[in-house]
Amino acid sequence: MLERPPRERIHDFEEVDPGLSQEEAVAEAMRCLQCKKPSCVAGCPVSVAIPSFVSAVASWDFAGAAAIIKEENMLPAICGRVCPQESQCEGACILGVKDLPVKVGALERFVADWERAQGFVPPARSQSTGCRVAVVGSGPAGLCGAAELARRGHTVILYESLHAPGGVLLYGIPSFRLPKDIVQAEVAQIEALGVEIRTNHLVGRSVTLEDLFAFDAVLLATGAGLPYFIGIPGEQLAGVYSANEFLTRVNLMRADRFPAYDTPIRRGSRVVVAGGGNVAMDAARVAVRLGASVTLVYRRNEEDLPARRAEVVRAKEEGVNFEFCAAPVRILGESEVTGVTCVRMVVCAQDGNMRPVPSPVEGSSFTLDADLFIGAIGQGPNPLLIREIPGIARGEVGNVEVDPDGRTSVSRLFAAGDVATGAATVILAMGGAKKAALAIDQMLIRSGSV
Amino acid sequence: MYLIEETKQLADRVFQIWIRAPHVARHAKAGQFLMIRVAETGERIPLTISAVDGDSVRVIFMAIGKTTTWLSRLATGDTVLDVAGPLGRPSEIKPYGTCAVIGGGVGIASIPIIAAAAKRAGNYVIGIIGARNSALLILEEELAGTCDELHVATDDGSGGTHGFVSDVLKTALQKQKIDCAWVVGPAMMMKVTSMVTKPFGVKTFVSLNPIMVDGTGMCGSCRVLVGGTTRFACVDGPEFDAHQVDFDLLIQRQRSYLNEEKSAIEEYLVHTCQCSGGSPHA
Ligand SMILES: Cc1cc2nc3c(=O)[nH]c(=O)nc-3n(C[C@H](O)[C@H](O)[C@H](O)COP(=O)(O)OP(=O)(O)OC[C@H]3O[C@@H](n4cnc5c(N)ncnc54)[C@H](O)[C@@H]3O)c2cc1C
Ligand SMILES: Cc1cc2nc3c(=O)[nH]c(=O)nc-3n(C[C@H](O)[C@H](O)[C@H](O)COP(=O)(O)OP(=O)(O)OC[C@H]3O[C@@H](n4cnc5c(N)ncnc54)[C@H](O)[C@@H]3O)c2cc1C
Ligand code: SF4
Ligand code: SF4
Ligand code: FES
Repeated sequence: MLERPPRERIHDFEEVDPGLSQEEAVAEAMRCLQCKKPSCVAGCPVSVAIPSFVSAVASWDFAGAAAIIKEENMLPAICGRVCPQESQCEGACILGVKDLPVKVGALERFVADWERAQGFVPPARSQSTGCRVAVVGSGPAGLCGAAELARRGHTVILYESLHAPGGVLLYGIPSFRLPKDIVQAEVAQIEALGVEIRTNHLVGRSVTLEDLFAFDAVLLATGAGLPYFIGIPGEQLAGVYSANEFLTRVNLMRADRFPAYDTPIRRGSRVVVAGGGNVAMDAARVAVRLGASVTLVYRRNEEDLPARRAEVVRAKEEGVNFEFCAAPVRILGESEVTGVTCVRMVVCAQDGNMRPVPSPVEGSSFTLDADLFIGAIGQGPNPLLIREIPGIARGEVGNVEVDPDGRTSVSRLFAAGDVATGAATVILAMGGAKKAALAIDQMLIRSGSV
Repeated sequence: MYLIEETKQLADRVFQIWIRAPHVARHAKAGQFLMIRVAETGERIPLTISAVDGDSVRVIFMAIGKTTTWLSRLATGDTVLDVAGPLGRPSEIKPYGTCAVIGGGVGIASIPIIAAAAKRAGNYVIGIIGARNSALLILEEELAGTCDELHVATDDGSGGTHGFVSDVLKTALQKQKIDCAWVVGPAMMMKVTSMVTKPFGVKTFVSLNPIMVDGTGMCGSCRVLVGGTTRFACVDGPEFDAHQVDFDLLIQRQRSYLNEEKSAIEEYLVHTCQCSGGSPHA
């Protein structure tokens, strides 16, 4: 499971981590203590039966392991790669107290990759119920919700505004963390269940609300794709990107291969990235691969970085410089970026989430030379569709309010994923979508539509 | 895959195509656009929906860069890989009274659908179109049929009034009350023309054309400053109150990829000359 050396991997978009071999996987699985009250399961947002699947791996029953994982998690090849395991399953593993926790994520990925290599056999579907459900958005929430509904015999139409399904899995997370053929394979599995995916359909425009509510139920899974800008002077200059734009140009439109692909991108020689989450880390590491020297500016301390720990380590190995406790206050330049002025931050009080609130230190400003600035300070739900739905209750970050089963305030309309929670994680999006799908199924059964 | 049902050259480097795209055609309204991607390696580019007929939409474009040149070489019966839409907010069509719809250059493409909608809403519609010379003028006949009056201007005097659409508009404003105006064309033309309506207090819309990537509000590439606030042209626009728009910034941001665009079209032309030969307009 040796990772590819940084010197080699910064020149391409191939996966950093080659994954476990069969022998390594079995050996790792044998480390598991098979706890009676497994804390790892409690750490997993969808409660994957970790001891059971790990035990199957230990006895070389990879097909059995795959079946166990898929009971709870439809997209294990993806979650195994991108879940923040250190704060979920692995963070809760009892072995982690004294030693290294069981590499649950790597094992999950191993099993899923093994299963894919064998060729996928679609699970049996229930008889058609005659009910029609629309799912809006094809990120992890939409894909997972659509699959659950299709398995229960409902006719599912999945609308996606972009030209390809996958949501953030496709346009946001770079292929060196999540190869795109894996996303495509997972999408193909969902299509094999009978889900009809209609790309290029922006719901609210190509599909009206009237069309939408003609379905028996609707699952809204439109994500949190609206990029926030910091609101500092200079953000309109050429060479200022939102991380979403920067990543979309490369991941979705293949601007790294311009001019073989037509979408251009500014590569930059010195790039400043603002932010500290997965999005910031991805933007920084893509910029490195486009040949730039990259500085990441984060307003809190290193321990506070919300990004997956493994990716922070890899970003450092790949030469990303970190400026902690600093924030950009002005982007310099006439029409193009020439530098970024930042100030030092003191981390003083605690805010509501018990996170230190940074505030600027007077007279501490300093300037970084730069020809590209990438803002990765957060995203919110795209208001385009939800602001047009009459009577829909919305929360603080513009998210759609839902009950624990994903019901919104509008009858027959459910929501799951980032649109309901605000920007979160793949596994939470899937977990929410699964609950919503079950609630939709129950509703359709109860209302006698089935 | 979306079928190209009809192609036609309208003027020097200006082409019109009809594309079968029922999901776009069904709900398309004046002022909206679509995003088109010709093939897997292609860029997503925005084009205004210029007319709708059944399940088909018409777009009109000038072949200026790689994608538009590629599109101009497609023939009837060819396909394009992706068409998304309709995108953007529709024009704010109301019974204003008298409306002027003003198109410059390829911006004239946006005018017929707006003029027709304004007319249907009971407005008296004055069309004003202009181009550098008469060979570049498009849709004159069609607009003459839709508008109550149509004025034509060319920069060199080869057709209609000698001068700019802004001059014609000024003359019209001095003669009659105009309640509302749409101005669509190159950014500089929209800037100059909306300066003309300002002293007359005419509510004026411009259709902004910043560089776009997704067209659905998730990248911010299309951000523009309107009344000092950042707006995303693809979802908040593309039409905005002309008198609030920072045109200089729009023009500056449109120039973000000049070098890359130049190399893309040069490479494309060299490549297609050597190995295709048979393209209809090459
Ligand atoms: C760069 C980046 C890196 C990340 N890294 C990680 C990570 O390592 N681990 C992790 O767990 N999480 C990560 N996340 C977060 C995670 O990707 C999201 O929480 C997750 O994708 C949310 O899923 P979703 O299905 O709710 O929405 P999305 O994945 O955002 O999908 C929403 C989809 O809906 C479509 N859509 C929106 N509006 C409409 C409409 N009106 N009509 C039709 N379609 C519409 C969009 O085009 C999109 O495809 C990352 C996010 C980003 C941006
Ligand atoms: C809402 C909207 C509606 C539009 N409608 C039309 C239309 O109906 N007919 C038409 O001919 N053009 C229209 N445009 C402009 C059109 O999208 C660009 O001409 C096209 O993207 C150029 O692509 P290209 O690869 O051929 O040229 P490129 O090589 O990409 O660019 C050539 C030139 O066009 C400018 N440009 C590049 N991309 C864009 C862009 N996305 N928007 C604006 N300018 C750009 C560049 O600055 C450059 O000067 C519209 C733009 C927007 C935003
Ligand atoms: S889904 Fe994520 S959190 Fe749950 S076991 Fe798998 S890797 Fe761990
Ligand atoms: S907590 Fe760790 S050791 Fe115990 S069952 Fe879970 S993975 Fe195995
Ligand atoms: S084009 Fe991406 S937000 Fe408008």
